[in-house]
Amino acid sequence: MTDAPKGWDRNQMAARAAQELQDGFYVNLGIGIPTLVANHIPDGVEVTLQSENGMLGIGPFPYDDQVDADLINAGKQTISELPQSAYFGSDQSFAMIRGGHIDLSVLGAMEISENGDIANWMIPGKMIKGMGGAMDLVAGVKKIIVVMDHTSKSGEPKFIPECTLPLTGANSVDMIITNLCVFQRIDHDSPFQLIERAPDVSEADIAACTPANYTT
Amino acid sequence: MKKTFTDAVAALDGVLHDGMTICCGGFGLSGMPERLIDAIEASGVKDLTIASNNAGIDGVGLGKLLRSRQVKKMISSYVGENKEFERQYLSGELEVEFCPQGTLAERCRAGGAGIPGFYTKTGVGTQVADGKETKNFDGEDYILERAIFADLSIIKGWKADEAGNLIFRKTARNFNEPMATSSYMTVAEVEEIVPVGSIDPDQIHIPSIYVKRLICGAPYEKHIEFRMTRERESA
Repeated sequence: MTDAPKGWDRNQMAARAAQELQDGFYVNLGIGIPTLVANHIPDGVEVTLQSENGMLGIGPFPYDDQVDADLINAGKQTISELPQSAYFGSDQSFAMIRGGHIDLSVLGAMEISENGDIANWMIPGKMIKGMGGAMDLVAGVKKIIVVMDHTSKSGEPKFIPECTLPLTGANSVDMIITNLCVFQRIDHDSPFQLIERAPDVSEADIAACTPANYTT
Repeated sequence: MKKTFTDAVAALDGVLHDGMTICCGGFGLSGMPERLIDAIEASGVKDLTIASNNAGIDGVGLGKLLRSRQVKKMISSYVGENKEFERQYLSGELEVEFCPQGTLAERCRAGGAGIPGFYTKTGVGTQVADGKETKNFDGEDYILERAIFADLSIIKGWKADEAGNLIFRKTARNFNEPMATSSYMTVAEVEEIVPVGSIDPDQIHIPSIYVKRLICGAPYEKHIEFRMTRERESA
């Protein structure tokens, strides 16, 4: 695996995910690379970011003298509000998630199966921190994009025939953006298709580290 | 009937007992009812089952009740950033029921609204569905989740009037809103208690019927878990 191409970096993966944003979308971004998607919102596209602890319209990190302990995102980081922001309780927050009112969620993952199962919340034998809102998001949001490295730090493939880790959601994922390529499927009954490759990444490079079945 | 009490110890007088279930508001350390948690710690009540999105951090918030071994079971969605929790959980001293965040919020909302259970897509096909009834509606599977109704709810608000009408501030609302309804004994701590008539009735988040006892916990030194800032662009 040492000569495997590196493909896109974190910011390029986030920028690719941002291309899926449409004007007027309400979007929930997970922690890590998904958070970077907010830095790449295309010109002319207005999106409203939801924070599952109870806010629509997440603003940027605050100025030092405007930090407010009562204003944080779901990652418990201080944030700021926008003129169009709204606050609500956790029950209302997940009513809009579970009820399918959020257009898009971008999440990280440890494993994705070829039928769209996602595993990203626990590793048996290791300390379990909990699923937080991830199970609600993958079950309720209209479109789920996973942004993740194509292989694990130890080189193991992450897009595989069947997940080995406990699931966060079954048949949930619509698009996978890795450092090497983009997979997409048109509905939850269809297989994933390889629709895009990072520069200097060949179909053979991808096939070599992707045990999951997909179409090209 | 007077709902205001001088302090948290007085407000909890007569309502605490071993083995009870408590719903606790807050998200991380934001909006946690810290004066009431301190009073529960001081009371020494034990074998508690606590429904709360998180379990505090070491020595802060619910982390205090873990440190003092007063908690038998936590019902939570996320418990990172807490070494004592991890130690007690791995050694089997502490029982944990992991519950998806939205399901936890709805279980408490439903409990307060007299709905004993509800069906949700969240967790279908995962460990969360184990042992739960599954039902198909219009071609999709849902699992049955049971409501939570506690012996006591503790919440933190921003302002309340003397009648118990209460409002929250920004994202400190979070789980305080559903938890306010999920027992017949909701005790609230707020930053300011104002005379009746000072809050516009259209702006009230929690109507007084849910708030049985009330204290002003000010002054607060609020905790921030991850302080993030940006630079001002130079002119």
